[in-house]
Amino acid sequence: MSSRTVAKRGFNLDYIMWLFMRLSALALYALGLTGLVAALIMGARTQTDISTLLRWTFFPNPSHVISSDIVNLEPWINSFWQIIQMLVVFFGVTHGINGLRMVVEDFIGSSWWRVLWRGFIFFLWLFILLVAIYVVLAS
Amino acid sequence: MALNRKVSLFTGLKYKGGGPMWAWIMHRLSGLAMVFFVGGHIIAGFLTQQFGSEVGIAINTIYENWIFQLALFFLVIFHAVNGLRVVILDLWPALLEYQREAIWLQWLTFIPIYGLVLVVVLKDALGG
Repeated sequence: MSSRTVAKRGFNLDYIMWLFMRLSALALYALGLTGLVAALIMGARTQTDISTLLRWTFFPNPSHVISSDIVNLEPWINSFWQIIQMLVVFFGVTHGINGLRMVVEDFIGSSWWRVLWRGFIFFLWLFILLVAIYVVLAS
Repeated sequence: MALNRKVSLFTGLKYKGGGPMWAWIMHRLSGLAMVFFVGGHIIAGFLTQQFGSEVGIAINTIYENWIFQLALFFLVIFHAVNGLRVVILDLWPALLEYQREAIWLQWLTFIPIYGLVLVVVLKDALGG
């Protein structure tokens, strides 16, 4: 039975991810606000209901507004929104998967289990990231 | 190999960490739940978009159910507001002096936002 070894202070994975968790949270706030404000400018108040507006705020993907009465979908479907979606996907998925890694590593010591879990979580991250980006590019 | 902290679950729950401790526990649980649900939503979206899959449609039908939406909105909004509190206290450590008050401010922010969600979702669900 070994107790949890605390990494040395300095520029290491734990520090980088600590900072990333805070900055990606702020980035997700900024991206959500961008979607919300832009949707209102593009006429969401008269052409959609509030559920559509919220779906768009969380993830500005055209399939999220397909069931509303938006007449001209052009401003909602373009490469600008694809870039925003990819940023949301990158920050959201990485933030979530790193949170999973932090929780898992709080419960396992620095044995070979940690190496195994890190490998598994890394491939889970890569898989969900690629699937989500595929959906963005195909929609 | 599990850690031997020599602390039972019951002893752990008796620890008088107060608001910040419960916020930490809820932040972890809501985060794990979101990884699971949002990950599932991404996979379901992919399956529906690419193959018109029945499984994908079934997962998203559960996802869009109003009871599920109420639970999901609770997790997301709690996690977002609590996360903002953590970010503010971590990036401006001088404010740590007011960390107990920050918990109250956090719930004061959470309640009106979730109240709005309750009204919108329930009005839609109950056809009012």
